[in-house]
Amino acid sequence: MTTLNKLLPGERARILHLTGGDALKKRFIEMGLRKGTLVCAVRVAPLGDPIEVSIKGSNISIRRSEASHIVIKRIEKE
Amino acid sequence: MSQKNLKVAIAGNPNSGKTSIFNELTGSHQHVGNYPGVTVEKKWGSFVHDGIEIDVVDLPGTYSLEVKSLDEKVARDFIINEQPDVIINVIDASNVERSLYLTSQLIEIGVRLVFVLNMSDRARAKGQELNLAMISERLNCETVETVGSRGEGIDKLKDAIISVSHFERREIGLDYGEEIDDAISEITLMSPSVGRWTALKILEKDVDVINTLTKQYGESIEPLLNKANEIVHRMESHHGDSFSVLVADRRYGFAAGLYREVVRKESVDKREFSERVDDILTNRILGIPIFLGFMYLVFYLTFKLGEFPVHGIENLVGWLGGFVEQNWPSSLPLKSLVVNGVIDGVGGVITFLPTIVILFACIAILEDTGYMARAAFIMDRLMHKIGLHGKSFIPMLIGFGCSVPAIMATRTLEHRRDRLATMFVIPLMSCGARLTIYSLIIPAFFPPSLRAKVLWLIYVVGILMAILLVRLLRSTFLRGESAPFVMELPPYRMPTIKGILIHMWERSKLYLRKAGTIILAVSILMWFLTSYPKPTTFEIDQKIATGTVISEADAAAARASETLKYSVAGRIGYAMEPIMKPIGFDWRISTALIGAFVAKEVFISQLAIVFSIGDTGEQEFSLREHLRKSYTTLTGICVMLFCLIATPCVATVSVMRKESGRFLYAVLQFVGLTLLAYVVVLIVYQVGKFIVVIPVPFL
Repeated sequence: MTTLNKLLPGERARILHLTGGDALKKRFIEMGLRKGTLVCAVRVAPLGDPIEVSIKGSNISIRRSEASHIVIKRIEKE
Repeated sequence: MSQKNLKVAIAGNPNSGKTSIFNELTGSHQHVGNYPGVTVEKKWGSFVHDGIEIDVVDLPGTYSLEVKSLDEKVARDFIINEQPDVIINVIDASNVERSLYLTSQLIEIGVRLVFVLNMSDRARAKGQELNLAMISERLNCETVETVGSRGEGIDKLKDAIISVSHFERREIGLDYGEEIDDAISEITLMSPSVGRWTALKILEKDVDVINTLTKQYGESIEPLLNKANEIVHRMESHHGDSFSVLVADRRYGFAAGLYREVVRKESVDKREFSERVDDILTNRILGIPIFLGFMYLVFYLTFKLGEFPVHGIENLVGWLGGFVEQNWPSSLPLKSLVVNGVIDGVGGVITFLPTIVILFACIAILEDTGYMARAAFIMDRLMHKIGLHGKSFIPMLIGFGCSVPAIMATRTLEHRRDRLATMFVIPLMSCGARLTIYSLIIPAFFPPSLRAKVLWLIYVVGILMAILLVRLLRSTFLRGESAPFVMELPPYRMPTIKGILIHMWERSKLYLRKAGTIILAVSILMWFLTSYPKPTTFEIDQKIATGTVISEADAAAARASETLKYSVAGRIGYAMEPIMKPIGFDWRISTALIGAFVAKEVFISQLAIVFSIGDTGEQEFSLREHLRKSYTTLTGICVMLFCLIATPCVATVSVMRKESGRFLYAVLQFVGLTLLAYVVVLIVYQVGKFIVVIPVPFL
């Protein structure tokens, strides 16, 4: 169990739950980042922040500080 | 309003292609403005179909209809207060599940809906198949597939709009699960006049709804609100999550469930193309150089391509002025007003136009292709450290060309604080007009070997000041959290020529109408201040009478100079001398600065007049000579510094007012920057006077 900001490019994970303030949580939810969603880390921006993740249907950029509020469980590749 | 006018609003996620649908429907019959009292841009237009006139408003793109951002509030207020007959919900067909989150809120409000699956070609190509009939059934709407960028499906859309306008409005209650549904029932039972939607909003602690209710029902609403608090408190301690977040999650659950019901075949989830392009464009090593390359390209196009029309317009204005000059019977004061006030003033406004239009075309291309999001992605870390947002970078960059479009470009920033902070410091990015002042002063005081370095230094100082100012603003007046940076990186798309052209057309109209009228008014005012009162006799004429011999051109120049001295502006310049002395400015510079409020370039022409340099074509050269003779290098530096920091031109002030929504902000910016300039130049000048010799080898 870890948080989204620690997911490395290419790794996949499932979202377990969200922490943080209401506004941030609602923002996550409306973008599709909620409990049960499958995410895949795509890349890191040239300056080290933000990171890009992909979920079904879209790619989203998110600051590491925000991503630390998304608790995930890595999915090991077979 | 005739019975026959249908009011329609377009709602949907950002990047769903709303704009192209809007363009397809309204064509050139569209307008851009602001929602009253706020900085959010409003777009509206109309079209006719089957004999019915239909007014369309393109609401801001949102993912949701709560009131946590200004865009959402504006969209929701419009839907609830203006009560459009039909809502066109534009959906990115490749993102149906997420899009349904907004849709669910629309049907909860109870609107007549047309569900538009836009960019359906792309979704089909990926193998997606949806049960359109079921969508229509579940949402009580009509469902249409479109490809907005190609105009496909638009006729069906128009038909659907008219068809849906005959539907019954029906609030569709979503299934939030037993607990939340029970909570809602408790509220509605307590007060029959409060419907399900309102009850839910009360429980969600929706500020807008509660305010409206309090206004409407006054104190009698209190027991209801207390009950709601009680219920919410109970549930929150039970679940550990706030009520409104629980609702949001359930709502998304509904969207996801609905999606599962209507999807026959899922698309093969490969965003290969865009991701591969991004492998290069947002590459850790190549990303920034490529980005800077694109920015340079934008600048190059804007100012190089813009050169021809700008010169063309300048020549045209000059010709027109000359024509009127010669053919208008003299000695009417109106003539000078027309030539120097109106024509020059209008000319000044229009010369901006090619630059603005090309710049906005470039921005439109960057936005429509999707690269703008990548730019924000690349720059966010830097911007965030300063206290801004990734999306602040491009407006600030544009500020190096001209503050007017730069301030207009901040509309992409969602949160007020980020937007205001960015707008406030944009004038510190030395714009093109300031460059003309630097190119006058630098060669006057510096040897060729130093010129480029000094220029570069000035720009750097501007940037540093901007960073400091943002830091200051963000820790005092504009304190608070930044907007979350959770942002979609949409797939790359080909922009449509039509879309770009419409965008350019709209921007120009907006600029001409807004900035233009104020600039013109102030130009005329300035003309007045620099021309009146007129002296009845001229010193130079007296000198000629007593034997001095000079050419008529020089005599005319001398007269012009005396007129300026005698005028209101000149007198103000004189009056300001005691204040300006500590920073090394004399009345001539002060007077020229007053004129510069119209446009920075006017600084140069006013200075020329003050030094009695006529319109001989050798103006700049001889002006530099005069400057060199009259002032020290230190003063030259101080003048440039002052121009760098202070007095945004009237166009900037006018646009600042329009885009920030409050005259106060424009005034604050103007006054604040002027004061800042004064303080900085004061320090530099006083300290500089002690450093008598700048060691040349060091530079």
